Amino acid sequence: MTDDFIASYCCYLTSKPFTFQTPITLKRRDFMGLTGLAAGGLLLPSVPSLGGMLVDPEQLLEVMDPALKKRLADAALNAAKAAGASYADVRIGRYLNQYVFTREKQVQNITSTESLGAGVRALVNGAWGFASTNIVTEAGIAAAASSAVAIAKANQKVQKQPVQLAPQRGYGEVSWKTPIEKNAFEVPVKEKVELLLAANAKALENGANYINSALFQVNEQKYFASTDGSYIDQDVHRIWPTFTVTAIDKATGKFRSREAMSAAMGLGYEYLTPRASEKIAGPAGTTVVGYRQRYDILADAAQAAKHAKEKLTAKSVVPGKYDLVLDPAHLGLTIHESVGHPTELDRVLGYEANFAGTSFATLDWKAKNIPYGSKQVNIVADKLQPGSLGAVGYDDEGVKTKEWDLIKEGKLVNYQKIRDQAHMVGQQESDGCCYSQSWQDVQFQRMPNVSLKPGNAKLSVDEMISKVDKGIFISGAGSYSIDQQRYNFQFGGQVFYAIEKGKITNMIEDVAYQANTQEFWNSCAGSCDQSNYQLMGTFFDGKGQPSQSSAVSHGSSTTRFNGVNVINTARKIG
Amino acid sequence: MAILSKDESQAILKKVLSFSTADECEATLSGSNGGNVRSARNAISTSGAVDNVSLGVEARFGKRSGVATCNEFDDATLRRCVQRAEEIARLAPESPEYMPLLGPQTYVAAPKSFAAATAGITPDFRATQIGKTMKICDEKKVTSAAFLNDEAGFVAKRNNKGLEAYQQYSNVEFSITVRTPDGTGSGYATADFIDAAAFDAGKLTLTAAEKAANSRNAKAIEPGKYTVILEPAALVANSDASLMAALMGALDARNADEGRSFLSKKGGGNRKGEKLFDERVTIYSDPANAEIASLTFAGDGRPQKKMTWIEKGVVKNLYTSQFWAKKAGIPDIPRPGGWIMEGGTQSVQDMIKGTAKGILVTRLWYIRPVDPQTLLYTGLTRDGTFYIENGKIKHPVKNFRFNESPIIMLNNLEAIGKPVRVNGNLVPPLKIRDFTFTSLSDAV
Repeated sequence: MTDDFIASYCCYLTSKPFTFQTPITLKRRDFMGLTGLAAGGLLLPSVPSLGGMLVDPEQLLEVMDPALKKRLADAALNAAKAAGASYADVRIGRYLNQYVFTREKQVQNITSTESLGAGVRALVNGAWGFASTNIVTEAGIAAAASSAVAIAKANQKVQKQPVQLAPQRGYGEVSWKTPIEKNAFEVPVKEKVELLLAANAKALENGANYINSALFQVNEQKYFASTDGSYIDQDVHRIWPTFTVTAIDKATGKFRSREAMSAAMGLGYEYLTPRASEKIAGPAGTTVVGYRQRYDILADAAQAAKHAKEKLTAKSVVPGKYDLVLDPAHLGLTIHESVGHPTELDRVLGYEANFAGTSFATLDWKAKNIPYGSKQVNIVADKLQPGSLGAVGYDDEGVKTKEWDLIKEGKLVNYQKIRDQAHMVGQQESDGCCYSQSWQDVQFQRMPNVSLKPGNAKLSVDEMISKVDKGIFISGAGSYSIDQQRYNFQFGGQVFYAIEKGKITNMIEDVAYQANTQEFWNSCAGSCDQSNYQLMGTFFDGKGQPSQSSAVSHGSSTTRFNGVNVINTARKIG
Repeated sequence: MAILSKDESQAILKKVLSFSTADECEATLSGSNGGNVRSARNAISTSGAVDNVSLGVEARFGKRSGVATCNEFDDATLRRCVQRAEEIARLAPESPEYMPLLGPQTYVAAPKSFAAATAGITPDFRATQIGKTMKICDEKKVTSAAFLNDEAGFVAKRNNKGLEAYQQYSNVEFSITVRTPDGTGSGYATADFIDAAAFDAGKLTLTAAEKAANSRNAKAIEPGKYTVILEPAALVANSDASLMAALMGALDARNADEGRSFLSKKGGGNRKGEKLFDERVTIYSDPANAEIASLTFAGDGRPQKKMTWIEKGVVKNLYTSQFWAKKAGIPDIPRPGGWIMEGGTQSVQDMIKGTAKGILVTRLWYIRPVDPQTLLYTGLTRDGTFYIENGKIKHPVKNFRFNESPIIMLNNLEAIGKPVRVNGNLVPPLKIRDFTFTSLSDAV
């Protein structure tokens, strides 16, 4: 589908932001989005949560002086304290985005945006208040601080239990920057367009009928200050090259697509310079290639065209129980939905009940010590992994980031929590996973990177497959759906290969697997070693009402799950 | 200042155009006032307010186009915004799909798209409404999580070819999930309106609370093909993809002509004119409909008119970009705002009475495409799923995962009820035979 090529994954959410967006209620934001993107008579849908004012690309290279930011921050903190806040924090943010969209031989859209403003959070008598402003002057920001205090005082009247904030030491003046090699905004737009068009050409040369490609680039320049005595200047970079290739068999009317095997990453433009050592060959008998910290869009586009064509005539799967061998580009999404979301403490406690739902992994459930998965399942949360989307020095409430265990040898040992949640499970400190999508939204608990640890013993994908009698190898993330308490899920993929008697035989199609989270993770029979480890990531993890998007990565090595129920998704329509 | 009058906004737009040196220039001014409040565990969790006006300027030189935006309206800022759009346009590549800006257009009137009561919503109104839900749930000893969101605003357009448009709109939307303290029952209700005067959070809370109480201790029954009654909120969602929105989102002519749509024809072309659904299926859009009045012009200025999409099961029209309409030589019809599926007079209760065996579905959730070739979607039932026998609800049943296509669903039509507004559309409850549930879920 023309516009339906940006996959997005979520707590529930931001489904294909494009085609399946309901074009219904009148929302100014959507309308402006359409207007802005209607250039040249094309009607492209808007991209969620990457808003801001449209600017000249040159403006994306500007930075704000930290001394000025400190002065502004102090104005906010002083105003909040003077008005009666026991604690306050301020985030002065410049959120910069550029996206380039192309299809086949033409550019569809190039957009550069900037959003500048500040959000102030104040705690008064145990109640939170939040206010934001785009007037970034000492007076403007102090006014926002005063309204945050006023809102806190109003909320305090209906508050049943006071907020308890885990103690946090101030860090003084510190800074952190994503360790990028090349700022994507320093690369001329022309060069980016040429790269996407070259990838499109590769796909068309290799038999694709259509290709839509896009490059998303993000820079969050965030300054955080709090009454704890922290002044934290951070420069966060992210990039996401992606495409969808479609092949059509005109005679039968059949069409099949294959999406890019890239990941959204916490890297600079260097991600787009291929490096042989960062390619991971898929199993023998497939033409799958995985990508670690560097991506080869030209090679992947060519391969995607071949895959899409092959899918047109691939055998339809026979439904039944199979041993699944899932590659990291696929498994990341399953981890996201079946481990990442159920272990968010606010979901567990019911704060998201009216939206994405709650969780089976309640405090009572955890106390029963029921295995979440088999002994081979070790899952960690972190905001540190180089190249990951979660990697930052400090979170959006000034807590230094870390790594911690969620599942250890199959048992749930911990949740994800922030400063005002830590006490709910008797913890003395925040995990450092608080995030807001912009200066104008309030920060709250968001999923850190959640990753499955690779196996300790040396094990290659081919060795793993050699032990599988009847199985399916799945690569890439496809269709995804899970219930509101994270029990029952169904996942598709990009490419599927049958495994018979220890060997890959042929490509198959129409595959989706359905399982229960606990049964699935208890059927885990181990992962390949570190050499196979890879991140998958998304920009569009949605949570909250109004919904906010967050970027998150999930690492894993190729992993085997035994006896999983596979369905055939082919249907006949009139 | 968020809701500018027609004269105020056109005055700004005229000034913007007067600063332009481009071959073509179009300016869009839009703004809104609104706010939201969210609760969980019977307490307010977050609240916020929005008040913003912004201007988008598109400048074109030949086939090159540039867009810039601003949200201040003094002469200097407007001038800079126009200049920036022109600078970006000069650097842009030529668009092979260039279409000239539209000249003067005639739009139908839709005065009902805006209600003063919605524009006048205050933080007190929001707190009172959400307070009502919390009070009811405290009394009933159940837990609620709810969200109220309102917005009132305007959109104005003008270009140097003579196009001029202005309209005001408003919308208020509410949803609530009520759970029983033992965690075995959950119920949901949602509604949206143009006019806040029609909105009552208390009434919706009672519906959700009743569903929660009645859905306690659900029994598991085998997955398989069942006759279902899908309530309107199971067909269209406020905050998720949905089966009917998936269908209406797939009526794009270009995708069909390019061979990548369920409407693509073997050997080329599209299936417009073919009967693909039960003959009782008729879907049209009408921006002037009082209950779902919407913008009478599209983002690019094309008029939104009353339009039939599916009539008696036959695909009558597909929407398209201006470029594709010209290239393919087909009618130039923009994608609609809200749409209306014709129905009958039966309520959900009437439909239950007429059902020997079946399942009542309050809502479907986490709905995602599985195969675009057939519009196969998957997702789950949620917040109130009940077994019906001999015209009565017998007992709650555990939630199911479905794998179903709206195309197949609208061929297995048993009965159509009375349409109600959901997310800006008018959607009837539907009774469908052989709806495919593929597995059970333990989720409540």
